[in-house]
Amino acid sequence: MSALLELRNVTKSFGGLTAVGDVSFDVPAGSVVGLIGPNGAGKTTTFNLITGNYVPDHGTIRFEGRAIGGMRTNAIVRAGIARTFQNVRLFQQLPAVENVLAGRHCRTRAGALAAFLRPPWQAREEREAAARAVRELEFVGLGGRALELAKNLAYGDQRRLEIARALAADPKLLILDEPAGGMNEQETDELVGLIARIRARGVTTLLIEHDMSLVMRACEHIVVLEYGEKIAEGPPDAIQRDPKVIEAYLGTEDA
Amino acid sequence: MPNRTMTRGLGIAYAIAAAAVAAAPLALNAYWIDVLNSVGLYVLLALSLNLILGDAGLFNMGHAAFYAVGAYTSAILNTRLEIPILWTLPASALVAALFAALVARPVVHLRGDYLLVVTIGLGEIVRIALVNDVFGLTGGANGLFGISRPTIFGHRLTSRKPQEFLYLIWAFVAVTVFLFHRLEQSRFGRALNYLREDPIAAEGSGVNTARYRLLAFALGAAWAGMTGTLYAAKMTIISPESFGSWESVVIFLMVILGGAGSIPGVMLGAALVVILPELFRGFASARLLVFGLVMMVMMVFRPQGLLPYRLLRFKESDLRRAEDAP
Repeated sequence: MSALLELRNVTKSFGGLTAVGDVSFDVPAGSVVGLIGPNGAGKTTTFNLITGNYVPDHGTIRFEGRAIGGMRTNAIVRAGIARTFQNVRLFQQLPAVENVLAGRHCRTRAGALAAFLRPPWQAREEREAAARAVRELEFVGLGGRALELAKNLAYGDQRRLEIARALAADPKLLILDEPAGGMNEQETDELVGLIARIRARGVTTLLIEHDMSLVMRACEHIVVLEYGEKIAEGPPDAIQRDPKVIEAYLGTEDA
Repeated sequence: MPNRTMTRGLGIAYAIAAAAVAAAPLALNAYWIDVLNSVGLYVLLALSLNLILGDAGLFNMGHAAFYAVGAYTSAILNTRLEIPILWTLPASALVAALFAALVARPVVHLRGDYLLVVTIGLGEIVRIALVNDVFGLTGGANGLFGISRPTIFGHRLTSRKPQEFLYLIWAFVAVTVFLFHRLEQSRFGRALNYLREDPIAAEGSGVNTARYRLLAFALGAAWAGMTGTLYAAKMTIISPESFGSWESVVIFLMVILGGAGSIPGVMLGAALVVILPELFRGFASARLLVFGLVMMVMMVFRPQGLLPYRLLRFKESDLRRAEDAP
């Protein structure tokens, strides 16, 4: 299996602090990979490097063989990497369906002139985008809630709405940033099921998580970071037994 | 969905307003017709700022600069090259849009309050440039005069009959309202709203936020520019004092007062800000005081504006229809 996403010797420092130091790993196409580590391990920095919010100081990030370091965030989404946010970031005042349509934006093209003149293709595009948005809502279990304002949805539903928005962008790689944060046990169970169904659609998933239990259940390959460096990598059962990982998680103060 | 641009109630309100404007010459004297002309021009300015401020959430308090660029473009083309004034509409739209895109490019990424300060500066720079007769084209503090009156189908509009301008201006308003409702019901309109709601989430969802910020400015400026053309045609004389920072403040006020993001709200805001001071003329010098007080009370008790409306882009039936379509 070829690597869909490839990080090689990626380094990012802020002032004197090395947030991510010389990290390399692959995300193979079709897989569910977990990126874990204690708080402050560099997970979110790694994430921001992949999504274009930061530019790496050294090293390369390749997506489908193409270097994406330094590309603008929206261009990276268009290239096929969609994301969710650690602290839910929805368009709170807009209905669920319009939130999902934001993800559809980069796959549609009608501009101001088309809005003014409304040629038939524009109407068709709008209709197809709306239908797709409704399907994505159904896919994540929010069927029938399309017209509810995002702010009126329960927290777990807001997280799933974010996933629907990301999926609407036709991503090849979906990156979920702490998707189980703030979820109860039942919602986390549903999330594991949802990740499996996303995988069945052929979308590769990179899961960034603080919570070990979700990662162990959902991922087939896990990368462990500590103090900005990769300390272990492998299948869940091996990671669970790895003394370095146990030390990182139990030997430090767990925030 | 695209086949329905507005709710029925709003459609009826527009029809009544259109009928009232059309019938106004029968009931009002020339003075009040001219007030209505003024309302029309400010409605256009407020609607154009609403794209930037209301829909995209970009704090622009220098909108009069784009109005000025449009008015001067038309006046220069008309007085120097003798191009009929209404034919200069596309040119003033284009020049104002390019100017906006050029000046907004380096500053448009700034957060709300910072952008506000920069745009105030922009408005002042444009006014001062006009006073200083930039490129020797703007006539300095005296401005430009001798702009020819518009001719429509061989008929020359004159200031003796302000109702003729009434129809010209309000026809332009009608077209603008129609087009802007279509705009807000589109992918473009949604993108502006994503920008307003959360620019980081918008960028992370694949919306090119830098591009849409510039497009919002350019499109809003284009419309302000065309309003400048209408203004120049109506006045036949333009001077820098008509485009000072107070104008920008007033247009800003109309949008916030009426309900940012709401087309009918912004129109109502523009109408009230123009008409109320006229009605308060009995208070003589105290009228602006009364006006200011009304503003303050409004902002305390109704910060969302007079006529906010929740934009209904999709109904249940639209979604079903979209799903059923092949």
